[in-house]
Amino acid sequence: MDLITVSGPPSSGKTAILMKTISNFLSRGVKVGVVKFDCLFTDDDIYFEKLGIPVRKGLSGSLCPDHYFVSNIEEVVQWGIEQKVDLLITESAGLCNRCSPYIKNIKAVCVIDNLSGINTPKKIGPMLKSADIVVITKGDIVSQAEREVYTMKVQSVNPKAIIMHVNGLNGQGAFELSTLIYDETKNVTTLEGEKLRYPMPAALCSYCLGETRIGKDHQMGNVRKIDLSGKNG
Amino acid sequence: MDKNTLLNITIGDLFLKHPYTKDFFIDHLIPFEGHENYSINKLFEVIDEEIIEDKAINIELFINNILEYIDLMSSYFVSENVVENKVTIFPGTYKDGTAETFDMIEISKGEIISIVGPTGSGKSRLLADIEWAANLDTPTKRKVLINGRVLEPHERFSASNKLVAQLSQNMNFVMDLTVEEFLDLHATSRMVEDKDDMVNKIFAKANELAGEGFSKNTPITQLSGGQSRALMIADTAILSKSPIILIDEIENAGIDRKKALELLVTEEKIVLMSTHDPILALMGDKRIVINNGGIEKVIDTTDEERNILTELESLDDTMMKMRNRLRYGKKLTFKEDL
Repeated sequence: MDLITVSGPPSSGKTAILMKTISNFLSRGVKVGVVKFDCLFTDDDIYFEKLGIPVRKGLSGSLCPDHYFVSNIEEVVQWGIEQKVDLLITESAGLCNRCSPYIKNIKAVCVIDNLSGINTPKKIGPMLKSADIVVITKGDIVSQAEREVYTMKVQSVNPKAIIMHVNGLNGQGAFELSTLIYDETKNVTTLEGEKLRYPMPAALCSYCLGETRIGKDHQMGNVRKIDLSGKNG
Repeated sequence: MDKNTLLNITIGDLFLKHPYTKDFFIDHLIPFEGHENYSINKLFEVIDEEIIEDKAINIELFINNILEYIDLMSSYFVSENVVENKVTIFPGTYKDGTAETFDMIEISKGEIISIVGPTGSGKSRLLADIEWAANLDTPTKRKVLINGRVLEPHERFSASNKLVAQLSQNMNFVMDLTVEEFLDLHATSRMVEDKDDMVNKIFAKANELAGEGFSKNTPITQLSGGQSRALMIADTAILSKSPIILIDEIENAGIDRKKALELLVTEEKIVLMSTHDPILALMGDKRIVINNGGIEKVIDTTDEERNILTELESLDDTMMKMRNRLRYGKKLTFKEDL
């Protein structure tokens, strides 16, 4: 099973992009599962369910969503393996622009949109700066010049990333994205011992104190566990 | 530039040598002010740990990224002269898997190709195949050559050397800037040397294309539909680096469409234009007919069709005149207006 982490500001188009991309996978016979992380509310799991794929959601509630993400990612990986998917996608909203739920050696995709203003790329922080692929959405409604300027701004904070334009409404670019994010030779069996790309800021749990290692042994304090057994995790 | 050189020259010297690196420091929230005579190594020694944490600065990532950025920017100045001038499309399949029957389609710079077909017939997919330089690896299994060759993966993904610029009816300006500030920003991001000349040239062209003129101080979000379109086309023709322009319809209001297409052609662009409007369709040198996801035919515009186009244009002209007379409070008469 391959694993990718997708994140981006709220309403940037993450779910729309993933829906189109997953459709491309399904037509190629690649089995995909999704775990959606959010803070207070999401019904995106219903959309994903319509594609007929295994999906779970996790709401962090009063906890920082990114801390919640990393506290649960290993269990999520094991769930994906149980579901026998070829590709497991985690989707999470970057709510504070400071964290990034990216893991070393696991492909990281950041989704941002053209409407968010040209200074947004420098506001976003590690979530954008350390992503492998940056997907820019909503290009169908802004001018070519603004797209070019915005792309340059993204490139100037993350020159290493592949920057792609994908249209979440008609799916233009989604096929191309699907060829970039899935590596069938990659086999993730556990994230135990793997590390985050960037330490998360101070707050409540062991990860607030700068812990980057994954797994139960490294978790202390206020750790909330995802419920992977039922549908309303 | 190698890592050692970077780490040891002073920040001031780095800015002198590669002026764009200053913005890179600013964008990465690195507090360098007052430390211009330090090297990067020394700078990170003196910045407070707390600031590094607060600003989410990752020193290792910053250094790797700035090296990458310098390479990237240096490559722009070199590759500026490479001009794409030919696109070749080889057949793939329809939605149902049957093979397309055309031999191949060759499009050269300065040519205008219309794309016609019912809604949902696969026009967007064709445009996407070209944008991506498909190599038997898209749902249509088409192959697209640029200048007679398959693109390397890094060329396909390059954000700064994008093959295709797009213009469509749904596009709007969203930035809160005047026309002049906007053009200046775009020219800056393209690192154009004679920026003011460029801005003036685009401004003059846009006014030529627009039915009603506008000033440099007009906020771009306040331009009319026609004025916006005119500015977008002039800007894309003159300032965009992409050799191929994909147009999705140009509505016939407040813009001289013929002049707009002529401008794109004189700027040596390859123009592909998807349209339902007979006037636009016939302005193309050829038209590609799409149905059920496949290219059905490629038709050269005939002399007879060109004559019909002249007729259509004069009808169009009549409509426009009437529109203007009504707008300015006149009454229409058979004698004067038809």
